[in-house]
Formats: sequence, structure tokens, C-alpha cells
Amino acid sequence: MQLLTQSVGVSHFLVVGAVLFIAGVVCMAVKRNALGVLMGIELVLNGANINFVAFGSNFLRSDTAYSLGLDGQLISLFVIVLAAAEAAVALAITLNFYNNHSTVDVDRADELKG
Amino acid sequence: MNPINWHTVFFYLYALVACGFGVAVVISTNIVRMALYLIFSLGATAGLFFLAGADFVGSMQLLIYVGGTLVLLIFGVMLTAQGPLISLRTSGGDWIVAMLLAGCLAALLVPAGLTVSSWNTGRPAPTTEQVAGNGAQPVLVSTTEKTPQIPLAGGLPDVDNNGIPDKQPITAAPIGLGLLGARVDKLENVPEALRPGMSGYLLPFEVISVHLLVVLVGAAYLARSKRSAMNR
Repeated sequence: MQLLTQSVGVSHFLVVGAVLFIAGVVCMAVKRNALGVLMGIELVLNGANINFVAFGSNFLRSDTAYSLGLDGQLISLFVIVLAAAEAAVALAITLNFYNNHSTVDVDRADELKG
Repeated sequence: MNPINWHTVFFYLYALVACGFGVAVVISTNIVRMALYLIFSLGATAGLFFLAGADFVGSMQLLIYVGGTLVLLIFGVMLTAQGPLISLRTSGGDWIVAMLLAGCLAALLVPAGLTVSSWNTGRPAPTTEQVAGNGAQPVLVSTTEKTPQIPLAGGLPDVDNNGIPDKQPITAAPIGLGLLGARVDKLENVPEALRPGMSGYLLPFEVISVHLLVVLVGAAYLARSKRSAMNR
């Protein structure tokens, strides 16, 4: 019960962000479906976003004067928008690849191999 | 015994959902289920943003990420998930290397997040004399005897005994003005030498606008149907 009576700090958020980041990196590494790799990228960006928001928060740390302030939230907004743009382009490339090769297996995309 | 801190309870709830479904995305082999798990994980992340006091970013996470990007991903899944492509299996050797990588990253990142002691707990409750002396004024800013306080998100909200603010500051207006180049959240407590650094985000905002336009054109060009290209 000690866990539930204490207030959470930045480090709790950092651990959650680290778990999402690691899940995303592993997802990018092991998935053979190109859309699975895309989902891994989304997870990585979200883990980073949690860190930005946590560092920007005014009441998650004992030395509040050093918090990132509104900059953290602004940067995380930019990350969200860039993730949307990246997903649109990557999805277009994946669909193009699927139209040409009838598969989304990234191991089959080896035409450029020297 | 201290009363239960409900902020903490909801934090652990959302953190459990976000991490659990994030790991489920990795473990699952069915691409359709992965998309569903990703929706839950990102939705719980929006809840974490709300708990950190970032109400605008949390709602943008729900609107853009969960409502836009993931719908796009699910359309991609529906267009390509046919037959054997629904579940492509990974070989055991790849899993072993990936787990090794995950272990190394966890051993690096989790202790790094826990090292700084001032990050481990929330903001302490104000002392009694601060509460009596300031009333509703933000604690840190009011000690410098500056011009009248602007009740914006840059000021520090009053907190109760658990370190939770009485009133959640609304961040939409300062974020919007910050994107236009005016940092209203930093007007009071910045020394003169740092003034050039608080010039807002107008240039990145313009850059990202042009970037989105280029992405729109590029995605439409890449994903156009093949037949119309043949007929030309």
C-alpha cells in the first residue's frame, strides 16, 4: 500500500516511456510485416513523447523551477504531427510495394541488394 | 497511515494498460490484433498525458494519433492483410537477438530514469506560511515581487497535500500563442539575458506546415493507382 500513497514523479513516467521505447525497438527488429515495423515506430515515438511531457510537467518533481515548462508540450506536439506525416508516407510506400510485389514481407524487399 | 493518492492509482492503471498492450503488440503475431493493441496502448498514453497536466497534448494524442494515424494504419492493414500475410512468423534466432537488445536497453534506460533523486517524488506540498502569505498566488513567482500575476500555465498551481494541483491549468492558449511566437508562459520569471531564448516556435510551426503539405503531395503521388499511370 506504500506504493499507492506516495505521489508519482518524473522517474515513474520515464520508466513507462522506457518500456514503450523498448517494446517499439523490439517490434521494429522482429516483425516481418512492414506495417508491424510501422507500429514499432509509433511505439518508439510515443515513449519519447511521454518523456517530453513528463519533463515539461510542473508538479512531477521536487525542484519545480528546473522543469522544462511548456517547451516539453510543444515539442511533443511536433512529434505527434511528424509521426502522422511519417505514417502517411510509409503507408503509401508499403501500399505501392504491395501493388508491385503482392506481399508486405520486408524480407522479400531485397531488390536493391548488391 | 496516509490516505490513498488517487493520482498515483490512476497513474499505475494507465501505465499498466499502456505497457501491457505495448508489449502485447510485440508478442502478438496477428497483424490485425497488433493494430487493436496499439490503439489501447496509445489511448492509455493519452491518459498519462492528462495525469501529467498536459491537457492539450493529451487531447491531440487522442485526436491525431488514435483518431488519425491509427485509422490510417488500420486501413493499411485491411488493404494488405490477406492469406499468409496476416501472421508472418519470425525465426527463433531473431527473437533471441531482439531479446538481448531489449535487455541491454532496459538495463541502460530504467536505471538512468531512477538515478536523479529529485525526480522520484512529485512536487512537495507548500508550507503553511507560504499558503497563508500567498493565498492563490503561485509560490515561486510571487517571491520575486514582479508585476501582477497572469493566471496562465507557466505559473505554478497550488497543490494539496499529495502534490496534486487544486485546479488544473489550461494549456491550450499558451501553446497556441507559443506556436505563434509569443511565450506568455515565460513573461515573468526570465532574466534579461535569457530573453532571446524565449522567442517561441513560429519558425518550426511554419516549417512543419510546409512539411505537411509536401507529405500530402508525396503520399498522394506514391499511393496513386497503377492503372492510371499505365493509361498515360
